[in-house]
Amino acid sequence: MALATRKKRGPFNPSAIIVNGTLLLLVLAWVIPTIGLLISSFRPRFDIQTSGWWTVFPHREYVPVETIPLPEGDRTGVMEIRGASATFEQFRQGITSPDGQYKIVWKGNRRLGTIEIQEQVWTWGSAWTLENYEQVLQGKTFEIKRPDGTVEVVPGDDLVNAFINSLVVTIPSTVIPILIAAFAAYGFAWMRFPGRRVFFIMVVALLVVPLQIALVPILTDYVRLNLNGTFLGVWLAHTGFGLSLATYLLYSYISQLPREVLESAFIDGASHFTIFTRLILPLSVPALASFAIFQFLWVWNDYLVALIFIGSKPDVQVLTMRIADMVGSRGNDWHLLTAGAFVSMVLPLIVFFSLQRYFVRGLLSGSVKG
Amino acid sequence: MEKQADAQILAPIGEGPKRPGPGEWLVTNILRILLALIVPIGTFIVLYAGFVFLRDANAPKIVVAVIAIVWGVGGVALLYTVSNWLVEHFNSQWRARILPFVFVGPALAILFWYLAFPTVRTFWASLFDASGAQFVGLQNYVEVFTNRNMFTAFRNNLMWILFGASICVISGLLVAVLADRTRWETAAKIMIFMPMAISMVGASIIFNMIYAVSPDIGLLNAIYTGITGNQPIAWKAAAEIQPWNNLFLIFVMIWLQTGYAMVLFSAAIKGIPGEILEAARVDGANELTVFFQIMLPSIRGTIITVSTTVVIFTLKIFDVVWVMTGGQFNTQVIATQFYREYFTAANAGLGSAIAIVLLILVIPVMIYNIRGFNERQAF
Repeated sequence: MALATRKKRGPFNPSAIIVNGTLLLLVLAWVIPTIGLLISSFRPRFDIQTSGWWTVFPHREYVPVETIPLPEGDRTGVMEIRGASATFEQFRQGITSPDGQYKIVWKGNRRLGTIEIQEQVWTWGSAWTLENYEQVLQGKTFEIKRPDGTVEVVPGDDLVNAFINSLVVTIPSTVIPILIAAFAAYGFAWMRFPGRRVFFIMVVALLVVPLQIALVPILTDYVRLNLNGTFLGVWLAHTGFGLSLATYLLYSYISQLPREVLESAFIDGASHFTIFTRLILPLSVPALASFAIFQFLWVWNDYLVALIFIGSKPDVQVLTMRIADMVGSRGNDWHLLTAGAFVSMVLPLIVFFSLQRYFVRGLLSGSVKG
Repeated sequence: MEKQADAQILAPIGEGPKRPGPGEWLVTNILRILLALIVPIGTFIVLYAGFVFLRDANAPKIVVAVIAIVWGVGGVALLYTVSNWLVEHFNSQWRARILPFVFVGPALAILFWYLAFPTVRTFWASLFDASGAQFVGLQNYVEVFTNRNMFTAFRNNLMWILFGASICVISGLLVAVLADRTRWETAAKIMIFMPMAISMVGASIIFNMIYAVSPDIGLLNAIYTGITGNQPIAWKAAAEIQPWNNLFLIFVMIWLQTGYAMVLFSAAIKGIPGEILEAARVDGANELTVFFQIMLPSIRGTIITVSTTVVIFTLKIFDVVWVMTGGQFNTQVIATQFYREYFTAANAGLGSAIAIVLLILVIPVMIYNIRGFNERQAF
């Protein structure tokens, strides 16, 4: 109702134009960076370095159509070329002809050089390639022919391997904390035991503790237990750092479930464990799904925890680390960086777009990690 | 004697009033106790074998991956099932006492090991010197607050909060209010909050490219040189624009987090009863008055929630700075200084002290959360 009444203003209202225009500008500002990345990742290596990604869209550009010799005589003062009068310096910058048809550009120096006549034409980028993706995804080496004919051999970035590692890290790091937190949430919500209040306040207090505080002591323990650089270590770390939020959120959901449902099950003689697995878990699917999406995105996109606990072992490195390493080692290879970044974004974007209903619900119930 | 005591606790379940003879009773209970020992020990061995295999295995990646996932997820489920099975063997009085801890115990243990106790350990480490050998009292804290690099880091974090958090909240509110009045609300909102799915590392690459010096790569310099005709600027690093180069990193955070603010504000605005807004409009209030006099006060709670969340997020910012500049060019923040001192400079004491400072900065929010929790419900 409220929605309908608010939206009945017609499109010809001047304020509607301001509203729509401002929103459109904001949306464009938010979308353009991602589009730029996506387009660049499909452009050939040398195109990226010589022209901006926006040149793939139809635009007017000056292209050389004719080369003529330098004018004879004194070249220090004002000269006339094709009806345009200017000095050498001005011609070097490029002078538009009086009729506006073409541009005159002096190439080379004052004594030796040529005059280029450029015409403005409509053009757009038409060269597309999948080579960037091939190179970042695979582990084998690649031969690259430069335009001058030299051949360069570069190693691939083996992101397929990192992608698998990311999956192996992310799936248990999502499921394990949810399972543990669901048990704890049920315990806090439907069982009475000494210390219940104090323990739950601990959960609430730990919601905002920065994980930096825990990195070093945990790393010390891991070194002692030989857990450093193992998947198990990373799972446990993500479990530990995500658990307080998971417990808190699932508690607020599970404690709101109708009491009668549980009571009738108790009367039928069901144990807590049976009630939890047969009744509570199925009823809590929306809350579990919301948190799962959050934890999934958080772990997949995490960089710091992986950096500390996985370290530099290349065979267990996750995507974010490989890509951050690429920024360091291939800072100007934009064709690879853009492709690599997009590889790391594909899965979270798919999850996000297909499950955004749960995502929004999770946000509204407070799913934001401290 | 000990067995006797155990046996009392381990009273059989579902047993009728019939009392078995003493011999029979002893045998069944010894069997029970043995079983109760063997099952958890067996479980432990299976899990440990899986652990050792995963830690040391050289099997093909996919095999390890699948085993890892099955072992990790199945292992946790198994642990709960077995401990529950064990507790079911106690008599009902003891079961009622122990069962809650089967449910909440693992979570509490993990939270204690991973967050609560490390706080104490890090604080303790912060009282020692770089190698952790010599007790130095509060000297590391003196260093934290007098070191020039740290001063820059504090200033930058303040800039992140002042500009980053506030612009996030304002732009989120703006989008929410504007989108509410258009016909393409859903599409607009999806595009604004899509960056929430993108990692900070990915976003850093996206914006590294936008800020690239070459006008043939960097969109910002293409626009800047196109309009002004000046030389391109290294937006992240140039000495002449410091400390405002931080703003270019801050914008990455704004880009990532505005969607969060927008979603919460959007829901809050839709929660305002339409009649109140209509009544104000009928009374002749213009849209700005409606916004400032009615909408803003109605969503005050949401504004506080969003602001604290974004401020905490901003305080701990690490990835964006680390990937984009590595904390160079006077862009370091508290979290990058922590990493640099601890892991690059190997100064355990100073690194720990910085982590504690970070903790102290979030304590007000922690207290606020606990208070809110105490007031909200009779737990």
